[in-house]
Amino acid sequence: MHPVTTIHYLVLSAALLLIGTVGVLTRRNIVVVLMSIELILNAVNINLVAFSHALNNINGQVFAVFVITDAVAEAAVGLGILIALFRNKETVRADEIDLLKW
Amino acid sequence: MNFLDQIWLIPLFPLFGAALMFLFGKKLDPQPASDVALAPGLAEPHGHGAGAHHHPASPLKWLIDVICPGMVLLSFLFSVGAVWQLRQLPVRIHQVIQFTWIAGMPFHMANGHLATFQADWGFLLDPLSSVMILVVTGIGFLIHVYSTGYMAHDNGYYRFFGYLNLFVFFMLMLVLANNYMLLFVGWEGVGLCSYLLIGFYFHKKSAGDAGKKAFIVNRVGDAGFILGMLLMMSVLGTVRFIDVKSILSSGQFHAETAGFGVLSAMAVLLFFGATGKSAQVPLYIWLPDAMEGPTPVSALIHAATMVTAGVYMVARSAALFQLTPSASTVVAVVGAFTAILAATIALVQNDIKRVLAYSTVSQLGYMFLALGVGAYWVAIFHLFTHAFFKALLFLGSGSVIHAVGGEQDMRKMGGLKDKIPITHWTMFIGSVAIAGIPGLAGFFSKDEILWQAYSSPGGSKMLWFVGLATAGLTAFYMWRLMNLTFYGKSRVAAGTHVHESPASMTVPLILLAAGSVLAGWLGTPKLWGLTWRFHAFETWLAPSFRAAATEAAKEGPHDASLEWVLMGLSVAIAIIGITIARYFYHHKPEIPDSIEKAVKPLHALLYNKWYVDEIYDFLFVNGLCKGGGLALGAFDRNVVDGGVNGAGWLTRFSSKVSIWWDTWIVDGTVRFTAFFVKLLSYPACLLQTGRVQSYAFFVVLGVLAAFGYYIAR
Repeated sequence: MHPVTTIHYLVLSAALLLIGTVGVLTRRNIVVVLMSIELILNAVNINLVAFSHALNNINGQVFAVFVITDAVAEAAVGLGILIALFRNKETVRADEIDLLKW
Repeated sequence: MNFLDQIWLIPLFPLFGAALMFLFGKKLDPQPASDVALAPGLAEPHGHGAGAHHHPASPLKWLIDVICPGMVLLSFLFSVGAVWQLRQLPVRIHQVIQFTWIAGMPFHMANGHLATFQADWGFLLDPLSSVMILVVTGIGFLIHVYSTGYMAHDNGYYRFFGYLNLFVFFMLMLVLANNYMLLFVGWEGVGLCSYLLIGFYFHKKSAGDAGKKAFIVNRVGDAGFILGMLLMMSVLGTVRFIDVKSILSSGQFHAETAGFGVLSAMAVLLFFGATGKSAQVPLYIWLPDAMEGPTPVSALIHAATMVTAGVYMVARSAALFQLTPSASTVVAVVGAFTAILAATIALVQNDIKRVLAYSTVSQLGYMFLALGVGAYWVAIFHLFTHAFFKALLFLGSGSVIHAVGGEQDMRKMGGLKDKIPITHWTMFIGSVAIAGIPGLAGFFSKDEILWQAYSSPGGSKMLWFVGLATAGLTAFYMWRLMNLTFYGKSRVAAGTHVHESPASMTVPLILLAAGSVLAGWLGTPKLWGLTWRFHAFETWLAPSFRAAATEAAKEGPHDASLEWVLMGLSVAIAIIGITIARYFYHHKPEIPDSIEKAVKPLHALLYNKWYVDEIYDFLFVNGLCKGGGLALGAFDRNVVDGGVNGAGWLTRFSSKVSIWWDTWIVDGTVRFTAFFVKLLSYPACLLQTGRVQSYAFFVVLGVLAAFGYYIAR
């Protein structure tokens, strides 16, 4: 049985980053876009934890905790805005929210 | 008082009466409006049984009775005065030109000469027109009086008298006019009044149709009159009677000259006009139908006066017809043919007025026969006597119809002799007169016509024989009428109260009967050798037909015994006709029925008037009118509509081309320009879509590019 190495973590992280990026760019539903942003943040977290483990340095893990906190705050603010928007526009599609476009 | 210069008053009186009636008549005799709506019951609405239709007489109605006959009486008195003064003149001709109607219009005549055409409102009184005005006003007055009794219970009393007075006015214009144009005014005017009076019971469809038929058939004849008049204008350059006569008798036109054919055409065209007004073949068909009018109208217009207008007009054109023997022959042949044709139809008709109507057509045929053989004074003489006895017969038949409550079918009469004695005796006199029994008016004029038809240069044995046969038929159908109406058993419908007519009706009958006896004594045969007074008629009329008189003087050795023989023959045939009719319809009433059965097709042919109406219907009404209508329809659909449709198609086609051009060329250019610009701008558009995600995409691309750059370096 092969041991799980840092490379494996990095590949998983890159895959998550890619999925998240494509999701942000292509999906029109803002909820999904927010979920994709969570994927990107979690890909970063996996990177941080993997390198912290590999370098035997606790700073990376601490930083990951900050990122999780940040993600929670960001999700709370983003979903709050989304609910306010839905109350006015009755939609969650990004391309239909175009008040600032003329 | 100088009546001759006041001649314009003669027609003016009746016109005034008519104007009063049309302006104020409604006030004098107000009609409940509902009466007109009650129409269907009013066949001949003087049946006394039909009390529901009567309304109480207006208190002022007697004014109508005074004004209208009074105006005609005034005209009559003035006419008598004028004729009396005319008699004193050395040359018995008097022309009064009141004013110019159509003032000197220069125009080129057919021969290239410049002429001035002029027509006046002018009156000409000469022996011919003096006879006519006396007949029109005299008989007209009696018929007016009769009408006050006959029409007393009718609606539209004032309307009737207004039309009647208007008729007398136009008739007087016709006979007093001094030129053909003014004569034509009267000619059309009497036609109008005839139409109005035939259609007097306008709520009856048959009456309205008969009025229209009379008017339209007369129009056909009028076309001939107008053409003849225009031809006269262009050939002679004038339409004034005196001028026409002097030009024609100046010897300018001879049988040899080129103008001769034109004169014949002119004469035939004028005669064609006369066949319309005077009910001759081929245009006689309107007169029998005209009996739809009230009976006094039949008597005045369709027996005594208006229908003789054609005779008068041809007699007035005597100078023309004398120059054209061929046209005169046409007149004589048409007259003789009409006389016998109408007499055969009269043999079997059952409607009392229709028998008299065909009798009128037949007698008018006699007059044209006389005109055609050049015996103009005889034609006018017959017109004169006929006016008396035919007016009498019509008024008598009206009195009979009145007595039996509106029934006109002779099969439902019979045995009326003792119930209405005055009517019977007056009609008896009228029938004897028309049958040609010596001593009464009809004998003298008819016998003179037959003699002239036999002996005058234009006559022939054939014409005489047709005239003689007609005389026999006349006697027969008149006695058939008398027997069916007055003698034998009564076949009157039960419950009819047969009664003699009021005095207003019987007095005119008696006066006309007296006229029917006496009128003929003005023109006894010269053969009888009586004093001049007894053939004053010919002497009196001679100036009007002076050329004719000289023609007649050349009639060769007067064969007295021959004339006696012919006279005897005509009396004999009249008596034979009377006897046969008496035997058939009085002694052996079954004989006519068995004869009728034996010659069924012939009877049907006569009863249906030789199917002339049907033939005309087929030829003209259906053939020409409907065929013409179809042709016009086809023309409309194919040519007119075709033009419209073609234009429409062309417009549609050109607009399609225009649409194609607009869509593909004009719009195409515009759209291509827009498309081209859009194509060029597309990449630039991508830079600013307003979509966050596409911006993010470019960010990602940028990041990747930056990474790529660093990695590739």
